[in-house]
Amino acid sequence: MTEGIEKETAPGNGALTVATAPAPRTRTEQAAEKRGAALRVEGAGITFGDFRAVQNIDLDIPAGEFLCLLGPSGCGKSTLLSAMAGFIQVSEGSLTADGVPVSGPDPELGMVFQSSEALFDWMTVHQNVTFGPRMRGCSRAEQDRVADEFLGLVGLRHCADRYPGQLSGGMRQRVQIARVLANEPGVVLMDEPFGALDAQTRQVLQQETARIWRSSGCTVVFVTHDIDEAILLADRVAVMTAGPAASIKSLYTVDLPRPRDESDPAALRLRNKLREDIGEEVRKAMRDQGLDDQLDREAKGA
Amino acid sequence: MTITTTEATAPARPRTRPRRTGRPAGGQGLRTVGLYAVAVLVGLGVWQLVAMKYGPSLVASPKETLSAARELAADGTLGNSVIASSRRILIGWGLGVLVGAPVGLLIGQITIVRQLLEPYIEFFRFIPPVAFVTLAVVWLGIGETSKVVLIFYTAVFIVTLNTSAGVMAVNESKLRAAASLGASRRQVLQRVVLPSTVPYILTGARLAMGNSFLTIVSAEIVAAQVGLGSLIWTSRNYGRIDWVFVGIITLGILGLVYDRILRVIAMRVLHKYGAKV
Repeated sequence: MTEGIEKETAPGNGALTVATAPAPRTRTEQAAEKRGAALRVEGAGITFGDFRAVQNIDLDIPAGEFLCLLGPSGCGKSTLLSAMAGFIQVSEGSLTADGVPVSGPDPELGMVFQSSEALFDWMTVHQNVTFGPRMRGCSRAEQDRVADEFLGLVGLRHCADRYPGQLSGGMRQRVQIARVLANEPGVVLMDEPFGALDAQTRQVLQQETARIWRSSGCTVVFVTHDIDEAILLADRVAVMTAGPAASIKSLYTVDLPRPRDESDPAALRLRNKLREDIGEEVRKAMRDQGLDDQLDREAKGA
Repeated sequence: MTITTTEATAPARPRTRPRRTGRPAGGQGLRTVGLYAVAVLVGLGVWQLVAMKYGPSLVASPKETLSAARELAADGTLGNSVIASSRRILIGWGLGVLVGAPVGLLIGQITIVRQLLEPYIEFFRFIPPVAFVTLAVVWLGIGETSKVVLIFYTAVFIVTLNTSAGVMAVNESKLRAAASLGASRRQVLQRVVLPSTVPYILTGARLAMGNSFLTIVSAEIVAAQVGLGSLIWTSRNYGRIDWVFVGIITLGILGLVYDRILRVIAMRVLHKYGAKV
């Protein structure tokens, strides 16, 4: 383990490092070879009326990379992710997946939402997971195969006939992940998917995510405000500045062996840097809102 | 895989919609029935006291009402009235739901449809059906059509409004999820919007059923030979207060029964859509 942190000045290609013993090839892994789309964001900005949410975003995400978007709350991480999913359009610059401009929602660009409200409550887990294949008109047998494979992947085969309302929060997020993967997308976008879960469940799901990502070969863009989560999962971490008009502040390559060890000195160093970067942005945001003086006074008073 | 829950297999969506069983278990159920019985007995007692105070020319007592009901049942008037009114209500209400739900879906989903239809809905929903009784008879004659149309009129707006409100309330992330999973606009409407809206349609249908009962009496004011509303109106000509009581109580019971049936069907068939009734 040499110097594990390498700060880039400009977006570049982070090498994909997968440090696992070769496992038996599954159908998922075979499929993985054709998977993984490259996302390229160039000079992108998003405005809503007069409000400029993000601007000057440059990100080059190679196929198969796991990128974490990290930033203070309200900085526009989710807005950027929505644009990557095609839910909203960039107002300037360009956003392409494998060279094709993202012009609308696409099965190739899967989205795991923060809230499990995104599941279809009136459908069983099986029906939720096979929604994508069903929309494409896949046969019943194909749907069953897909459900079996991807529910197996997230460990919920035994819950196929239950309804989302009968599952715990963590299980519902697994269903969301399986539902997206069942479409075999090139890119999986995850919007703080574990933000609403308790610490233990979150930890388990983070490990699961790392495992699933390795086996699927998808490109993942993962939005979070949790520094540890980013270090645990990412190939690269992009830190965003505080909004409005947020942009990418810095980009770190996480060159640490997987599975990641949080107590690794290099990981600790990276955490401190990330914390510094985000702390700076949070202070800046508070300064803009005129909150910092008040905080200083309170700190002195205390 | 460390998380496995063995949560009870309650009906769908216990998270957002707490479980409500139609049939409370054991002693609780008995208690409920007992309290219902007490309430009804107290009501009958009050009714009896009022009847004794004002006399049969103003208030028919429970006993007089019962014997009047026997009399009307024996010559077939009561049964025919129930059947005739039920037919009008069910046809008019059924058509109202069948038209109101899809129109509400389109209004909620397609902006141009909303903009075209909203002025009319906002206008007509303030005009009570009784205002149209004369026009209905003049235009549609004294047959069944005029009555069914009036019931339809009273049902359709409330179903439409409830359905479109339901469409507006569909969770945005569900719509986005469906779109990004590859569903077309039509598939989103059919597979996501419609199922999400079921509880709202059902509420609209129940309110519409209530409205239909309010309207049936006015619909039958003019030129109905048979029906509960007609029974109430013609009883006046004969000075039979007890028949009026029979008509009113039968209407109430009939409404209660229909609502109950609707709820049972909804619970059985639609509960996975989050229908809470």
